[in-house]
Amino acid sequence: MTETTSSVAPPAPAAAEKLKFYGLWIGAAVVLLLLPKLFSSGGSLTTFSLIGISIIFSLSYNILLGQTGMLSFGHAVYYGLGGFLVIHAINIIGANKLPIPLPLVPLIGGLTGLFFAMLLGWVSTQRSGTAFAMISLGVAELVASSALILRTFFGGEAGISANRTKVFRLFEWSFGPQIQIYYLVAGWTLLAVIAMYALTRTPLGRMCNAVRDNPERVQFVGYDPHVVRYIAFCFAGFFAGIAGALAAINFEIANSAYLGAVQSGSVLFATYIGGVGFFIGPIVGAIFVTFLSLGLSDLTQVWQLYFGLIFIAVVVFAPGGITGLLMMHRPLLKAGTFGRVLPSYLIAFVPTLAMLIGLILATEIIVFHAVHSGDDSNIKAFGVPFDAANRYLWAMSAILLIGGYFVARRTWTMVGHAWDEATSGAREKGAVA
Amino acid sequence: MSTAIELRGVEKNFGITSVIRNVSLTVAQGERHALIGPNGAGKSTLFNLISGYMVPSTGSILLRDEVVSGLPPYQINRRGLSRSFQVTNVFANMSVWENLRCAVLWAAGYRYTFWKNIDNLPEVRERTARILSDINLTARRDVPAGLLTYAEQRALEIGITVAGGANVILLDEPTAGMSHAETERAVELIRRLTEGCTLLIVEHDMSVVFGLADRISVLVYGQIIASGTPEEIRGNPKVREAYLGEEAA
Repeated sequence: MTETTSSVAPPAPAAAEKLKFYGLWIGAAVVLLLLPKLFSSGGSLTTFSLIGISIIFSLSYNILLGQTGMLSFGHAVYYGLGGFLVIHAINIIGANKLPIPLPLVPLIGGLTGLFFAMLLGWVSTQRSGTAFAMISLGVAELVASSALILRTFFGGEAGISANRTKVFRLFEWSFGPQIQIYYLVAGWTLLAVIAMYALTRTPLGRMCNAVRDNPERVQFVGYDPHVVRYIAFCFAGFFAGIAGALAAINFEIANSAYLGAVQSGSVLFATYIGGVGFFIGPIVGAIFVTFLSLGLSDLTQVWQLYFGLIFIAVVVFAPGGITGLLMMHRPLLKAGTFGRVLPSYLIAFVPTLAMLIGLILATEIIVFHAVHSGDDSNIKAFGVPFDAANRYLWAMSAILLIGGYFVARRTWTMVGHAWDEATSGAREKGAVA
Repeated sequence: MSTAIELRGVEKNFGITSVIRNVSLTVAQGERHALIGPNGAGKSTLFNLISGYMVPSTGSILLRDEVVSGLPPYQINRRGLSRSFQVTNVFANMSVWENLRCAVLWAAGYRYTFWKNIDNLPEVRERTARILSDINLTARRDVPAGLLTYAEQRALEIGITVAGGANVILLDEPTAGMSHAETERAVELIRRLTEGCTLLIVEHDMSVVFGLADRISVLVYGQIIASGTPEEIRGNPKVREAYLGEEAA
């Protein structure tokens, strides 16, 4: 290497950094191994399995949205087709006693996703932006509706099911108990996450970012943006297929909901709420959204409404998602000026919380009177019982909502000032570019 | 001397408006050729035609005796022609380093590679580092391109253009909007980076044009009204009337 290179190029990572990097993956593997020891109930194992599936699916979606700048409304197509093929594959393997163990079966889902992405992606990746989004929506509708028409393959409304324990066994693992499924999902999640991270560090991965930033200029450095988008699309399809396969193995069933608009929408939610700007964003989003959808549905009937409100709030107030919000604080933490914003956060927290409680109370009361008006008015939301017919409660929710908003707005201004001060403090210390 | 770029009866119409009218032009290998003309004469359109961004309505464009008109921009770029843009056109969210590296990758033979770690490509590293120090942005290596100052972005724009090692370079108003001192530095940079290359440059600053170019072509209303050495252009009455005269008056 020449003298200029060594002085000008970014320094090769030091041994300590490399250790930290590999330590992170090993740490993740250890956490995945130990998680069932800490939370051994069947319910939490199912939750962890769902989170793992959601992580793979969301990361595969972010290959499109965050890495290459393609907004897809139909990513569930590749997830769902992977799932269906895997159910058929399990049945065929079981019936013919083929020597294929269950841990290899998700690969069939991945290859299915890859195959259909290769087939359907060439036309849609010609353009990004609106054209791509519309075509993805069209393809999704087409596939989802054919799932209900082609009954022999998709099984109509009921879907098709399989028995995963009938597959060729390796080391006497039957994959009946949830713990074994958990380890299967955890292993594939780790593999897929590493693979997708590695992909971002290749020439193709870097050119994906370039296409996202400026597809026009990419053409003038020798690359065809269409080909870059197409290959990215194929990878996204492959990993989505793996996620779908794991879901099918987990539930032992595949139905048209796998391919549908709701599934496509929720992966967009999870990815966006987590944050598309960082590799880790979709992982955070998948964990958050899975917990939220499982948790909220127990707490309130209209959990989807809250889900929508959270999504809107993220789009409006934190376009970088949860990860973006956290990463914003990194320079402050580095410079040690985080203490200057913290008090304002605490002050703002109180009226904001009051406002949210008012909002929730009002929502639940309105939902009660709009949907269940004849029933008993003593209802329960978020574990708190209250009387929806109580006029004092109506007034209280209004006061909390409106009063909370006006007080909160002032405290948000305070947060803004504190933020500016902390950032300029950090800038003086050279922690912000 | 062999020709680098040749235009044969090129025309470009947008609807009924004809922007380029029967332009024929030859740029020899290794020549520094400046294209001048009043605003709206069609200079940028001509660049768009040569670089494949637009397809000529009639006529043909040859790059080293091979017809390239009708090819997409990336095909023309792979044949050794690279261009810059009048309005800075970089990868705004990526660092200066990454911007330059993207411009190096194809020429270094890595194409759509997805099985190699980008940080383990010594020749890419080396070429990127060389361009980075050439455009004097070493200190700004890790800054997102969108946060650079205007002059820095212009330097990066030139850096991206030359990074792939193309030997036919098209620069569209590289010094537009720069201060006098910045312009001087930019000209020095262009001279150094395009050493041994064929250069076609659109420029409004006459001191830049006359200082840099071996030959000059004057484009007025989509037609080339004169083509020659700086002395010939300076003495050409048609040019004086159509273009230089206006400036002098």
